[in-house]
Amino acid sequence: MPTALELAQALRERFPDVVSEPREFRGEVTLEIGAERIAEVCAHAKRELGFDYLVDLTGVDNYETDPRWSVVYELAGLKHGCHLRLRTSVSEESSEVPTVSGVWRTANWHEREAYDMLGIRFRGHPDLRRILMWEGYPYFPLRKDFPLAGRSSEVPDVAFTHPAPLEGGPFVTAPGTLDAIAREPRVREVGEGRDAR
Amino acid sequence: MSASLERGPGPGAGAAVQEIRFGDAAARARASGTEGELRDIQGDRMVLNMGPSHPSTHGVLRVILELDGETITRADPDVGYLHRGDEKIAENMTYNQFVPYTDRLDYLAPLANNVAYALAVEKLMGLTLPPRGQYIRVICCELARISAHLLGLGAFAMDVGALTVFMHTFTEREKIYNLAERLTGARFTTSYTRIGGQTRDLPHGWLDSVSKFCDEVSHSIDEADALLTRNRIWIDRTRDVGIISGADAIDYGLTGPNLRGSGVEYDVRKAHPYLVYPELEFEVPVGSVGDCYDRYLVRMEEMRQSVRLLRQCVARIPGGGENPHQEPINVPDGKVMLPPKNKVLTGMEELIHQFMLVTQGVPAPPGEVYFGAENPKGELGFYILSKGGGSPYRLKIRAPSFVNLSILSHLLPGHMISDVTAILGSFDFVMGECDR
Repeated sequence: MPTALELAQALRERFPDVVSEPREFRGEVTLEIGAERIAEVCAHAKRELGFDYLVDLTGVDNYETDPRWSVVYELAGLKHGCHLRLRTSVSEESSEVPTVSGVWRTANWHEREAYDMLGIRFRGHPDLRRILMWEGYPYFPLRKDFPLAGRSSEVPDVAFTHPAPLEGGPFVTAPGTLDAIAREPRVREVGEGRDAR
Repeated sequence: MSASLERGPGPGAGAAVQEIRFGDAAARARASGTEGELRDIQGDRMVLNMGPSHPSTHGVLRVILELDGETITRADPDVGYLHRGDEKIAENMTYNQFVPYTDRLDYLAPLANNVAYALAVEKLMGLTLPPRGQYIRVICCELARISAHLLGLGAFAMDVGALTVFMHTFTEREKIYNLAERLTGARFTTSYTRIGGQTRDLPHGWLDSVSKFCDEVSHSIDEADALLTRNRIWIDRTRDVGIISGADAIDYGLTGPNLRGSGVEYDVRKAHPYLVYPELEFEVPVGSVGDCYDRYLVRMEEMRQSVRLLRQCVARIPGGGENPHQEPINVPDGKVMLPPKNKVLTGMEELIHQFMLVTQGVPAPPGEVYFGAENPKGELGFYILSKGGGSPYRLKIRAPSFVNLSILSHLLPGHMISDVTAILGSFDFVMGECDR
């Protein structure tokens, strides 16, 4: 039985110019992949290395750093039982990654969710619609510059939103800041558009 | 696709079902160039909106069905009616503050969610619980599994018309609620775990109650078994309905009983063992066909295996029911677990620990981890990206119900409307978890 590290090395040998050196943390192996060839790398991992099960796909907003978006793929193989994490980065200008829904069909909904929540588009996706929010909702709520309280929006005859009053809770704690007022901003400027952190 | 359907501007086959417009029948006849001929409009498709509030959708799932007569030609599940932004909320609070939110994911098995979440954060921090704490968590997980499967089974049977089973299984669930209340103080929203341990040890006499419950629930499972497994109507409604091949199940990322019903032997408790599961004996039941009946049989057997696990835990737990020698249940680290209140009031160090924990949270290192646990509905996973400090930078919940439902648009076409209730019942999903 191969280990996750051996499989990661095999992937790196096959795609030496787009796959980074494996990184290990808490027994999990992570590889950085060039965004443009992610679908190709995934297809190879599934076909040749036995990663037949896409556990999860996550979009991350690295606000105020470039590139802004990361997409994280959790791969697992049911036969060899290994877990491998692929990570790819996309700039805010392009905000587009090739879809892997042709590799694993489960990626279809995961990618729709990443698009819905963060606005990362998946090129070649067969059905890139919003999934948790409704069609026509104007924001991407999981972005770091979207306030926790929410924003006003209205789609006539469908749905509307208003900012939630945050007085009294949830008690928002941002650790590491100097004073208690900055650490626990019980009342937030809703239109501010920025996280207190 | 019938030629008489006018389609809105959409990307072809992937267009939303809502975009289908039904124009005037005469206009359609003209457009299709068969003017003057009487066309058989019985071949036209009809769009049926099932949900979001429909008894057999178990919450707020909406399925848009395109029908030819009573046969489904296209299905588009629409989720998100219960979206509360849990992942956004998690980014804005400390790890321990998020525990109550995990209750509300799969709200039929809150104890198992608490455990899965705590284990994920503990993996990030590199913590391992003392054995007694791990046994307590296994007991919680298995009680939650029995509770969730009992409801899933009762509701499934009710959906296809067998009301009696629901009464039997709900009686047993009531006992699990009573156990949860004695253990955690809450029947439904348990919030039992903390990062690094549990809120409290087992109450006096609780393990004896669990043993008693094991005997009683075994009897009830046998009763439900006798009511359903050889029941002619039940078999007719579920056998060879909603067949999922093993390859499809893996491709769509199904987990839990829905995957194992298709004959794929994958259980996170065996494949990536956590807690004390490697020390305990249990079997992983798998189906052979992958139809609704197989998924039912798998859940039935899983409950029996859970009872078996509970009995082993009761027998083996270090310290027994009353814990006379004060076996630890939590990580012995003041920076992670709250110290006892009397020590906070008398000791300087404990006071500082409490202050730091309450105001800043547990000190997690920077890094990223994924942890998946075998929950009643499937693999509940948490991906945590930490930049250090007391709250996650990004917390993604891999909800098994969400992933399991994604196969519906592939599975439903070709079935009858009445099969939809059987298929949805056999999927046993929870929208609180799906929509997060």
